[in-house]
Amino acid sequence: MSAAENQMETQAHHEKVNYINVRTTLLSWLVTLDHKRIGILYLLTVSFFFLIGGLAASLVRMELVSPKGDLLESDTYNKMFTTHGVMMIFFFLIPSIPAVFGNFLLPLMIGARDVAFPRLNLLSWYMVAGGGLLALAALIMGGVDTGWTFYTPYSSSFAKTQVALTVVGIFIAGFGSIFTGINFLVTIHKMRAPGMTWFRLPLFVWAMYATSLIMVLGTPVVAITLLLVAVERLLGLGIFDPARGGDPILFQHLFWFYSHPAVYIMILPSMGVVSEVISAFSKRRIFAYHFVAFSSLAIAIIGFLVWGHHMFSTGQSMYLGVVFSFITFLVAVPSAIKVFNWLTTLYKGRIELTAPMMYGLGFIGLFTIGGVTGLHLAAMATNVHLTDTYFVVAHFHYVMVGGAIMGYMAALHFWWPKMTGRMYPESWAKLSAMIIFIGFNVTFMPQFILGYMGMPRRYHSYNEEWQVLNVLSTAGSSVMGLGYILPLGYLLWSLKYGKIAPQNPWNARGLEWEIVDAIPHPHNFETIPIVTQEAYDYEHWHPNKPAQQPVIVGGGKS
Amino acid sequence: MWNFPLVPPTAAEEALHISWLYWVITGMAIFFVVAVCAAALVLVVRYRASNENVNRDNPPESDMRLEMTWTLMPLVLALVIFFWAAKLYADIYTPRDDALEIIAIGKQWMWHVQHSNGVRENNELHIPVGRPIKVTVISQDVIHAFSLPAFRVKRDAVPGRYNSMVFTPTKTGKFHLLCTEYCGTKHSEMIGSVYVMEPDDYQKWLESGGKGTDSSSAPMSLEDQGKQIFTQLGCNTCHGAAGAAVRCPPLEGIYEKPIELANGQKVIADAEYMRESILNPAAKIVKGYDNLMPAYQGVASEDQIIKIIAYIKSLKDAKPAEASK
Ligand code: HEC
Ligand SMILES: [Cu+2]
Ligand SMILES: [Cu+2]
Repeated sequence: MSAAENQMETQAHHEKVNYINVRTTLLSWLVTLDHKRIGILYLLTVSFFFLIGGLAASLVRMELVSPKGDLLESDTYNKMFTTHGVMMIFFFLIPSIPAVFGNFLLPLMIGARDVAFPRLNLLSWYMVAGGGLLALAALIMGGVDTGWTFYTPYSSSFAKTQVALTVVGIFIAGFGSIFTGINFLVTIHKMRAPGMTWFRLPLFVWAMYATSLIMVLGTPVVAITLLLVAVERLLGLGIFDPARGGDPILFQHLFWFYSHPAVYIMILPSMGVVSEVISAFSKRRIFAYHFVAFSSLAIAIIGFLVWGHHMFSTGQSMYLGVVFSFITFLVAVPSAIKVFNWLTTLYKGRIELTAPMMYGLGFIGLFTIGGVTGLHLAAMATNVHLTDTYFVVAHFHYVMVGGAIMGYMAALHFWWPKMTGRMYPESWAKLSAMIIFIGFNVTFMPQFILGYMGMPRRYHSYNEEWQVLNVLSTAGSSVMGLGYILPLGYLLWSLKYGKIAPQNPWNARGLEWEIVDAIPHPHNFETIPIVTQEAYDYEHWHPNKPAQQPVIVGGGKS
Repeated sequence: MWNFPLVPPTAAEEALHISWLYWVITGMAIFFVVAVCAAALVLVVRYRASNENVNRDNPPESDMRLEMTWTLMPLVLALVIFFWAAKLYADIYTPRDDALEIIAIGKQWMWHVQHSNGVRENNELHIPVGRPIKVTVISQDVIHAFSLPAFRVKRDAVPGRYNSMVFTPTKTGKFHLLCTEYCGTKHSEMIGSVYVMEPDDYQKWLESGGKGTDSSSAPMSLEDQGKQIFTQLGCNTCHGAAGAAVRCPPLEGIYEKPIELANGQKVIADAEYMRESILNPAAKIVKGYDNLMPAYQGVASEDQIIKIIAYIKSLKDAKPAEASK
């Protein structure tokens, strides 16, 4: 019996051992190999980077209240939108759902005690957190002003800011996400409990699988590309700078080869969450499970073949452009399939409008808007007019904030009881879901109009006729900001004062809800469960005698 | 402040076509969004847990016909939009021979525009109404983008490559000229105006050297300026010089003709090729000659190169004055 288990025994006299109270020192968290604890570490890390990215965004929006660039210097403004993009994309959105909830849930959902490589898992966290800190250091040492896209030759030969340091930070975090991807793929292939066949997997697991594929196949390309930018800066090699014999468009090809699929790294996990949430609060099996599962894979694969739609105006060959445009239209189809299947899941359901469900439905609405405005951008002629304007900004915020972050908030509320053992205050949560939804639309709807009128993105000052819509947008963003601060408050509050969570507060199906413990045991399951049912088997569920006896043996010893 | 537009002016033929496309897609988009939101709303209300008065028997698990419907329906719509948009895209990005040629050079942080008769202007673009205009853009430093929202066209100004676009203004007036590719500190100040004028006014404007007045200070044409630069930079000491020390190919009559290279490849001697031949001659050696031409990288500016090319172009129909030995 190990020392750790000894300690568990002593504590168990007072309360049930769970992954949180099993050891409490800071060190025990920093060297933990428990996937659930690593998930919590990620939660803290990405929340921190979200805060920084959010602060930068609010400075940007404040500057844009007036058409003259009078609040910030141009250079400061440029650094702020770059900080916003870099922090939000590389250090919040990409790790958010996969690293936080993927880590916490994947082994629980498939009936495993941990991920395949727990040490690698911890290393990944150090890489993401360390990479983020490097990027933060770059910010403190003067900042970066290239935009999160790091277009060459500006980034490689002209910018006088901390490009190299930032890029190295992203490189390191990138390898963290590659390792996470490998870890998840192996875990899903090798560690499913007996009886957990592929088509009994919860759809969140399918989404994680597709996401991991993209991480493993795509991230190395962008990591090396960004490193080449650093090399060109530091050693003066001619890779992307035409004045030194390089090709600036090559950078864009390499960058978007990853960064378009990266959009799916951000959105697929949210789609997985939404599938879970919609099913749990409709008490229905997801309609057409197979279609939803395979559409994730289809998106991941087709998503690798569309990167050129970012480059219709760069002078890439017209034939190439036509192919990219065509495939981009194709990728719209699996996304549409998902939306229709979620809607049909509601049909004849037993719908409870809890906060996570509100976020989930919000996701469907906002993601649909993000998706259909993608058609304007997939269409080559309208793309030329709209590219690099606020239309694009609005479009990808609908996908990445309206989609990815709504999914993240849904997940946070849905699994909060399992993660912390406490219930969040429901009415506060509903209120903030509503505030975020309204604030979000007021922020970004005007930007579609601004974009169609031609207002370019990344503009520190702008033409006066665009002011009214910009003021509206900033007003909306303050409302949305409030909507994000509220959860920070009430979730922290709930840790101490929230109602103690029952073992399965939502009467949801899925192994993570069916373990006997309210808060999972460090080893998740005492004996590995044997799965005999489909995912989302709500057929034997009745509204009046819910709380089906836990069918799965948990790990609690006391 | 309360007088603000919600759509840009539509001041070119292409702009009209593209805005049609835009509104058709927008119409479809609104239809889908409203349908999805309405469906969600109705279902959530009808099947709320507290409502026991609905039939929940035999909820469907999946339905192949439904799946096919909502796979094929978006697919077909998508294909229609795809073809339509690709056609309009080809319209604006395929060079046309009947177009008035204008060259714009982007540099941090201004637009430098060259008219063929040698008139130059900064952060302004004067063009006549009613005829196709071809704007060729290139950058001298980082990537910029030449954006004209009223005409619904833009083109990236990429260092090292000539990109072009064509549009046909239909309205006179003053419109925005913007840089839409982030290019550093003063990206948002890299803006200006487009003036679309009646053809006569434009002609007067050109002849007055871009001053709009009748002062007869007409500038030298692009090709004449190019000829001067050709001498200044010493090109003429080899090309076309009788008894030059170096044997080199004649430049007369080569413009847009196929050139055979030393490595056996054939290339068309277009502007892109000329530019490379001047800046980095070693990249492509003409068959039968040696790599003896000095590289003008860092010596000849984009502006000068454009003029030299205009000069070489003017020799399109000329015969080599005297075969170089
Ligand atoms: C030292 C002599 C020399 C000078 C000075 C010189 N060139 Fe050349 N040029 C050559 C030679 C030799 C070649 C053929 C080998 C090659 O392709 O590089 C050539 C090739 C070219 C070509 C390609 C012609 C073809 O038929 O494809 C162009 C265009 C050209 N030069 C333009 C210029 C211009 C413009 C300048 C002045 C800025 C210039 N050259 C100065 C020697 C010279
Ligand atoms: Cu993309
Ligand atoms: Cu710019």
